[in-house]
Amino acid sequence: MGPILSQNVIYRPVYNFFDGLLPESLDWVAYIIAGLTIVLILVNALLLLTSLFVFSLRRLLGLFQTRLGPNRVGPFGVLQPFADILKLLLKEDLRPRLADPLLFTAAPVLMVAPVFIILAIVPFGRNSFLADLNVAVLFFIGVTTVSTLAVFLAGWGSGNRYALIGAVRAVAQLVSYEVPMVLSLVGVLLLAGTMSLVGVVEAQRLPFIVLQPLGFFIFLLAASAEMNWSPFDLLEAESELTAGFHTEYSGAKFALFQLAEMGSVVVFSGIIATLFLRGWENPFGPIGWPEVLPTHVWFLLKVFAIIFLLIWVRATVVRLRVDQVMAFAWKVLFPLAVINMFVTAALVVLWPEPTTAQLWAMAAVNWVVAIVCIGGASLLLERNRKLPAATVKLVQVSSGEVR
Amino acid sequence: MPYGVGIAKGMMVTMRNLFRRHTTVQYPEERLPQHPRFRGEDFVWYEERCTGCASCAKYCPLGIIRIVTSPGGQQTPEGEKYTLEVFDIELARCMFCGLCVEACPYDALHMGSGFERGRYRRADLVIPIEELRQAPKRPSTWLRPQLEERGYNPFGGPALSWREVGREQTVAPTYQEMQDRWVKDR
Repeated sequence: MGPILSQNVIYRPVYNFFDGLLPESLDWVAYIIAGLTIVLILVNALLLLTSLFVFSLRRLLGLFQTRLGPNRVGPFGVLQPFADILKLLLKEDLRPRLADPLLFTAAPVLMVAPVFIILAIVPFGRNSFLADLNVAVLFFIGVTTVSTLAVFLAGWGSGNRYALIGAVRAVAQLVSYEVPMVLSLVGVLLLAGTMSLVGVVEAQRLPFIVLQPLGFFIFLLAASAEMNWSPFDLLEAESELTAGFHTEYSGAKFALFQLAEMGSVVVFSGIIATLFLRGWENPFGPIGWPEVLPTHVWFLLKVFAIIFLLIWVRATVVRLRVDQVMAFAWKVLFPLAVINMFVTAALVVLWPEPTTAQLWAMAAVNWVVAIVCIGGASLLLERNRKLPAATVKLVQVSSGEVR
Repeated sequence: MPYGVGIAKGMMVTMRNLFRRHTTVQYPEERLPQHPRFRGEDFVWYEERCTGCASCAKYCPLGIIRIVTSPGGQQTPEGEKYTLEVFDIELARCMFCGLCVEACPYDALHMGSGFERGRYRRADLVIPIEELRQAPKRPSTWLRPQLEERGYNPFGGPALSWREVGREQTVAPTYQEMQDRWVKDR
């Protein structure tokens, strides 16, 4: 047992229990059982959190729109997602004749898998994690990319034009938003000096949202594009593409897609909480403060806070046009992320071992940079705002008539 | 205005909405009040006043009112009254235009206030004469604004007798008035 695993609050007791139970030669079984216990906890927690998230999404969207939302199934409608799942599982599992049997079946599985794999690296409390990879952030970036492939397989394998258009949009969008997402993470990694998520949390003397406001902003936007969240949800724009890449899916496969979509929001929120909100630690005050709440509760609270922010955005912002989405990634987020990266790098070079005062100075510089960058970008966007082509033509025609 | 300020404003709007009272109602338990002049189903029919002239059936643009009468030999102040044997209103095709109510010379037919006639069979969408007889006499105040002026509530109010829902008059005519109006001048 390694030094970090030996402190793991779930791993250690389970391992010790089975180690005492089993003969000396069967130690490896105890290793595996202890690992699988955490897997069991994580998978079930994700499923429960996802259904809770689906419920709160529908309920909060309702409240944001001054209606009630689902409130019939169970107390306050909490059991609504379970009813939804039951309904989906009971539906007929159709496969169009033109669909590619292998790709059509593989896509939903490939879509769900990364969500659960990312879960392995998320530290959800002090000394509670499945794996503390020293390249966890790279791992996270790499694994999320798999869902792009799954989306494209689904669109291609469906044998449906709408699905294919949705998939093509998805690939363009997901690949574009990978770039600012990764670049915005560079600032965090420079400040933390490690890629391990546990290390990142322990390195946050100030929560990185204070030190990296621009990075948080970019990461939030890019992540919501990565998880097909509004306002970047145009790969399943129901008003244009019926349902995008999962148009042809029904029954259990559709349920898997929904699970992947909603589960990825929960997992991404966990990652954001870890990277920017000091993970399991008390987000206010210095890191050694007496514990007000258990670390797992802090982590969950942060996840819920980010989820609430995302739902709020979804209730408000309308869907962007395709060209707007791509332009936003490459013309706005990408330069901002590069600026953020260079400013942070310069600060880290200037103060490699920052004292508390220097840390606050860093935060001040970064806030100024963030405000200047976001303000400048918004002014530039306003200046370059073009009327849609159809409107321009109408204006010309009408002015011609006046003359 | 710089780009993105609109988004921030919109976010504040939705946040205010979050704490606002919901505008929807939980339908089967709560119902929104309809307008008193709502033209709805379960027609209110006053058999005492109906002479079986079948004006309603004639004026119905869809021809969904079916009336079968027989000479009853019963004399009323208005003249001879027929006995109604069949008075079927086929609601499946009714568009609730209210022309039958307008057409009735004796104010015997009124619109109702209901709107929940979902049924599993088409046959159940026909209102037969027995149901018309037994239906609660709560006429909609459509075409009879004087009912509304009297503060009558078609949804929860008391059942109205045929004497109270007559044309123009807010007070039911007495027998003597009816005699004066319909018999003496002839």
